[in-house]
Amino acid sequence: MDKILVGLKRVVDYNVRVRVKSDGSGVDTDGVKMSINPFDEIALEEALRIKERGDASEVIVMSIGSGEAQQQLRTGLAMGADRAILVQTDAAIEPLGCARIFKAMIDKEGDVGLVLLGKQAIDDDNSQTGQMLAAIWGRPQATFASEVVLDGDKARVTREVDIGLETIEVDLPAVVTTDLRLNEPRYVKLPDIMKAKKKPLDEVPVAELGIDAGPAIEATAYEPPTERGRGVMVDDVAGLITALQDKGLV
Amino acid sequence: MSKILIIAEHNGSELNPSTAKTVACAAEIDGAEVHVAVLAANAAAIASAAAEVDGVNKVLTIERSENEHPLAAVLAPQIVAMADAYSHIFGPSTTFGKDLMPHVAALLGVNQISDIMSVTGSHTFKRPVYAGNAIVTVSAATDATVVATVRTASFSAAGGGNSAPIEAADSNADIPSHTRFVSLQSGKTDRPDLQTAAKVVSGGRGVGSSENFGIIYALADKLGAGVGASRAAVDAGYVPNEMQVGQTGKIIAPDLYIAIGISGAIQHLTGIKDAGTIVAINKDEEAPIFEVADIGLVGDLFQIIPELTDAL
Ligand SMILES: Cc1cc2nc3c(=O)[nH]c(=O)nc-3n(C[C@H](O)[C@H](O)[C@H](O)COP(=O)(O)OP(=O)(O)OC[C@H]3O[C@@H](n4cnc5c(N)ncnc54)[C@H](O)[C@@H]3O)c2cc1C
Repeated sequence: MDKILVGLKRVVDYNVRVRVKSDGSGVDTDGVKMSINPFDEIALEEALRIKERGDASEVIVMSIGSGEAQQQLRTGLAMGADRAILVQTDAAIEPLGCARIFKAMIDKEGDVGLVLLGKQAIDDDNSQTGQMLAAIWGRPQATFASEVVLDGDKARVTREVDIGLETIEVDLPAVVTTDLRLNEPRYVKLPDIMKAKKKPLDEVPVAELGIDAGPAIEATAYEPPTERGRGVMVDDVAGLITALQDKGLV
Repeated sequence: MSKILIIAEHNGSELNPSTAKTVACAAEIDGAEVHVAVLAANAAAIASAAAEVDGVNKVLTIERSENEHPLAAVLAPQIVAMADAYSHIFGPSTTFGKDLMPHVAALLGVNQISDIMSVTGSHTFKRPVYAGNAIVTVSAATDATVVATVRTASFSAAGGGNSAPIEAADSNADIPSHTRFVSLQSGKTDRPDLQTAAKVVSGGRGVGSSENFGIIYALADKLGAGVGASRAAVDAGYVPNEMQVGQTGKIIAPDLYIAIGISGAIQHLTGIKDAGTIVAINKDEEAPIFEVADIGLVGDLFQIIPELTDAL
């Protein structure tokens, strides 16, 4: 195959415990560490391995977001992607809009054999974009992948589902969304960061693509979750059993 | 008035309990008429189970041999063919629903609401974001179909005893052949299902090996509990992936959850926030799991667990 397109979303780092703003207008992301969505990093790693095996000629990383997402794209280039595209917008784009943007870029690029996306972004936890892209592109989807085996114009994908591991076969081109156990992403080395600075990063203003984002689902208010308080500590197994008995649990 | 279509989850012969939970969510919308669609190769047994669920007004079946395995690309066009009659289309927020519902939404040209945890109005819902560290109220447009998944841990299954009518819906929707089922590897156990068990015992990295997990199973069997695990325990190969509890695994709400050798990372806690009582057993008294545990015991799990199992 010719090209693999990988989505990289800039999200609040998974180690950060986000807090809801006191006025309920959103979550506080000021000065918070931002990273590549962990599932997207796994998607990129998989794309790089496919290319290194000789099954693809180019890996393109793409992000939809503000200019700051350049940081994540540069990291993707340092990991080994060949070039990057930033579809620039300062507005938050919902999954249907994102899927339509991906579709527009696939049409523009041509010869995309595989689109690799994370199974969910850890900010909105939506888990939708890959499935939506497959639907509007009219191509197969293989979500929650823990193994991807390419075989000519087909792929066999093992999926992590609630009852175990499901294997499906899809014709290419296809959309694959990654689960955590697909691979372990490589670390970026310093010389690669230097090299990445010279790799192409194109910016496309979202307006240029003429995307209809569909009827909006509006976020009207944010609130913190109800906290579970600290309970009691017991000293030993006998104490534990008594505490469980008090609650009628054993 | 809201007319809601719920896509039944099943394994080819039995209705999954996630369906009755999705019905419970739909029933919270005032004056809703609730239909359940069973897409299967053989729908009869599943449809009669769905017809018994309280709050269901009608069950629609689509029997096609292609529906033997739940492939989103196959099911979605059939659902879209029925969509016109409905204001809402809901599925459970299980891997089945998460795979399918966004595909349906995109074919209908609408955005989707993931993981409804409570109903505020016919078009207004609450859902968790940022691994459950924030709850957002969302409003969908009233002039478009609402497509959503329901966070099953937030709803108790609707009761039984109903006898809704069952009708065959005709569907000659075009189905693509580009996606094919190959195999399913499922670790069938006699233990209670993790997603519906009243009691769950989970082990983490602290358990140390798959052999050591034997003591977790022994305790679970004594309690009649399902067994779960942290991501670290799954990644290390102690247990299979379907046992992972958390943000990216299963979200569960048992009456009793016992976390053993689990530190309590936010991604894990997201999966157990709705548990009735959380018990934590960990040798590190500083472990964050103790901040949410109702009952905590500091100590070595290799001493505590066998002793506890014997004493019960
Ligand atoms: C994108 C993303 C998604 C994730 N999704 C999930 C998810 O869905 N579910 C999930 O669980 N994690 C998830 N994680 C991983 C999560 O961040 C933690 O790494 C993981 O939960 C840690 O598992 P653990 O508590 O078993 O291991 P550790 O954090 O290593 O904790 C092991 C604990 O065992 C205790 N221990 C060790 N030996 C003993 C002993 N002999 N007796 C008693 N206690 C002992 C230690 O004190 C320690 O507290 C995710 C991470 C990312 C980045």
